[in-house]
Amino acid sequence: MKVGVLALQGDFREHCAMINQLGAEAVEVRLPKHLQGVDALILPGGESTTIGKLMVEYQLVEPLRAVIASGAPVWGTCAGLILLSQRTDNALAGQPLLATMDITTLRNAFGSQRESFGADVTIPILGEAAYHAVFIRAPLVSQVGPNVTVLASLNGPDSEIIAVRENNIIGTVFHPEVTFDSRFHRYFLQMADNHAHAQSM
Amino acid sequence: MDKQVGSEAIKRAFPEMLKGGVIMDVVTPEQAKIAEEAGACAVMALERVPADIRREGGVSRMSDPELIMQIKSAVTIPVMAKCRIGHFVEAEVLQSLGIDCIDESEVLTPADESFHVNKRDFTIPFVCGARDLGEALRRIGEGAAMIRSKGEAGTGNIVEAVRHLRTIQDGMRKVIALPEEELMTESKNLGAPYELLLEIRKQKRLPVVMFCAGGIATPADAALVMRLGCDGVFVGSGIFKSSDPIRVGKAVVRATTHFQDPDIIAEVSRGLGKAMAGIDLRTLKPEEMMASRGW
Repeated sequence: MKVGVLALQGDFREHCAMINQLGAEAVEVRLPKHLQGVDALILPGGESTTIGKLMVEYQLVEPLRAVIASGAPVWGTCAGLILLSQRTDNALAGQPLLATMDITTLRNAFGSQRESFGADVTIPILGEAAYHAVFIRAPLVSQVGPNVTVLASLNGPDSEIIAVRENNIIGTVFHPEVTFDSRFHRYFLQMADNHAHAQSM
Repeated sequence: MDKQVGSEAIKRAFPEMLKGGVIMDVVTPEQAKIAEEAGACAVMALERVPADIRREGGVSRMSDPELIMQIKSAVTIPVMAKCRIGHFVEAEVLQSLGIDCIDESEVLTPADESFHVNKRDFTIPFVCGARDLGEALRRIGEGAAMIRSKGEAGTGNIVEAVRHLRTIQDGMRKVIALPEEELMTESKNLGAPYELLLEIRKQKRLPVVMFCAGGIATPADAALVMRLGCDGVFVGSGIFKSSDPIRVGKAVVRATTHFQDPDIIAEVSRGLGKAMAGIDLRTLKPEEMMASRGW
């Protein structure tokens, strides 16, 4: 199982470490050629403006869209989720986005770093045990399309949306990669396994 | 749901998101926008870049909050600002302004010759300069969430930053390799908290993110310090003292991402125009060196 991790800027190292630790192979993606043979894709946390600009300059937008369109599992954390979203409430004009997920994100929804926080949340797909989520200048998902499943909210049902899934794409506004809890990465690798299995049938 | 704000974990997680990026010194909102456009992952809001502080002399202090707020509202990327070493009230002011990270910086004139700010009193992260492992660990012990080399700011000369980075790496290799019974003595020799030495042995790296600062003037300089093990770079005078800031800014950002790819560094370095003039450090008097401020 080869998982491409977009490595233009941000905390890609933590994602790679988690993926390798769980027995899959992480590949750092900086240029289109690095996407060859990738079974799944992670877009890490970082600065979405920086990552977006480098994505355009190194002709990664279409190749990344092609991977997503192929049905391979894709996961965006924080900045990665902003890049996946079709709409952002407060993006810079012309900020390059992959625009593949039918959601609206609100950047820096909680404010600056002073308002960053950790919190124990419930994520039903990961089981009943509380999940400690880390929110760093985090965005929120302010609106979801009809085919998007809400995986978790900050304060239970009908509160701020913090994790979503649309077919092969998942997104979290928090950072599972900076904690020691690998449940979210396991869930993602399971998606990748299922996809690989379905393809070989 | 209880929100835990300002914990050590939350403060240390912020610089993790800056890794692989370039933090640029800016002195106006217009420069901040250029930096964002060039792909900076954060900006440092200042009244004067280090090269001008060096030239003009006088006491250098925290920037005017009005300027910092203008810069903050000009961009969506994180904004940092500097306080003087030991000046905890300037630090409180910066925290009150809601900036994302404080640089307790030797580039400003120190306010206290014996003590640094107790950074554990704050809910926003601090970055501090270091010349060697002991200095880095003393700052982390005081609560710094990020370390940078001191280098020699405002000189456009990378030699001091390289010295500091190699010295820090050397210190870490030693801590990792020593037999455990020698560790307490090493802690004493470094003047560093023992517990942090244990943490380095466990993680095989510094417990916080380390950037390079002080003297980066070209894309190749940025790639060099990334190759030496930095997580990202600060560029002070190097961008807005060059003849074409937007091009140099973009080139440094690209070289930082593709630091392992000489073909890309070659391409982005072509025809960049005149880099900042720079200073040979052997021509500086000891009292003109900024790196020796702090301990």
